[in-house]
Amino acid sequence: MNGRRLWIAQRVTAMILAHCVVVHHATIIYAVHGGLGAAQILGRTRGSIAIGGFYALFVVAAAIHGGIGLRTIAMEWLRLGRVSNWLAGLVALALVVLGLRAVVAVVAA
Amino acid sequence: MEVRVWRGGATGAFESFEVPRQPSQTVLDVVTHIQRHLDPTLSYRFACRVGMCGSCAMTVNGKPRWTCRTHVDKVAASGRLEIAPLANLPVVKDLVADMREFFDKWARARGQFTPTRTRSDGFAVVNPESSARREADAGVECIGCGVCYAACDVVKWNPDYLGPAALNRAWTLVNDERDGAKAARLDAVSGDAGCHSCHTMMSCTEHCPKHLSPTRSISGLKRMTWRLGKGGE
Amino acid sequence: MNAGRNHPAYWAFLVHRISGIALAVFLPMHFWLLASALEGEAALQAKLAWTEQPLVLAGEWLVVVALAAHLAGGLRVLALEFLPWRGWQKTLAALAAGFALAAGLAFALAR
Repeated sequence: MNGRRLWIAQRVTAMILAHCVVVHHATIIYAVHGGLGAAQILGRTRGSIAIGGFYALFVVAAAIHGGIGLRTIAMEWLRLGRVSNWLAGLVALALVVLGLRAVVAVVAA
Repeated sequence: MEVRVWRGGATGAFESFEVPRQPSQTVLDVVTHIQRHLDPTLSYRFACRVGMCGSCAMTVNGKPRWTCRTHVDKVAASGRLEIAPLANLPVVKDLVADMREFFDKWARARGQFTPTRTRSDGFAVVNPESSARREADAGVECIGCGVCYAACDVVKWNPDYLGPAALNRAWTLVNDERDGAKAARLDAVSGDAGCHSCHTMMSCTEHCPKHLSPTRSISGLKRMTWRLGKGGE
Repeated sequence: MNAGRNHPAYWAFLVHRISGIALAVFLPMHFWLLASALEGEAALQAKLAWTEQPLVLAGEWLVVVALAAHLAGGLRVLALEFLPWRGWQKTLAALAAGFALAAGLAFALAR
């Protein structure tokens, strides 16, 4: 694992996520007014390629960013050494799988 | 005033001494009094005792400081003073820390100047106002006292981390236009052991007795190692 | 807290790390809940109804604040690492905290 490349990936995904989070936060606050029931949510998300694309990007960026962050914590606080790399990969993979599954769930008509 | 002083090596205990208070007393004065009048077996380091050499750095009430520049009035308001060796370094005895690892990391970060000219080449002309020289000058006053190293939690959690002083020195050298080892140095300071592990906690900047900012230097290294597209593990 | 850690940049780091852990724990649950839409609208609605409980709503608010705090802390780090160095870096930590609180408030009011 190249520490420099991971750092770059962390900063790049951070910049992507900053945009995604602002959009997501604003969207949720706006959507809350109309109600956050399943019907309201799915009514907006079903069949929308734009929403699907946006959240797919969000999920992948978050998975990479979270994985790298947890790797650092595993090395510094849990002292797991090289195992941290595997842990990070596993977490990132799990987040991608679960996340994309959720995106498909709300977008697929 | 009651003063607790670390005795022993990695294992040991704090020992209490009663030390008379004096006006304008520094922590180094306290340690000196203990060694001269109360217990001659107490080991500690000092040299200039006027805030120039950095030898007297110790942990005072939990913070790394130069003891010759720390007035007792300022840190022992509640009347209690606790003195221990610098953190993040092996303890030799009592208040003496083993600085070898600190300087080894300095060398690993390529903290040495690599010349490119010979005596027959004439003087290098360096513009002191150039942005590179300003950056170097901002960090060049470091005397290697180890306070920043002792204050840094990444050093504590990551045994390979080169540390703020070594990285700060490397930054002053990559900004030195006379130096010939820039690429190799940027390689040396990259990765998990290098600048990329800094979390901008800024404890180094907070504690540096010369008011340097290793965080600033390390941020510079992060930018430089990105742009140059080089750097190994 | 250890005396040497009692300064704004350190708190900013700690908040950033802890909020990050909180988010990493929260995300799988978030994804799992949304994925129940695979079983149909009713399945999703059932899970969403469960989240309307006061304790869950409180937790949800904490997550929103954690996200805002993590974003703010992250912007502080990006500013420190990429922007030209300025003397008022400490203020960034304070700004980040303020932003996080404001975001949390906005969400709480909307809810």
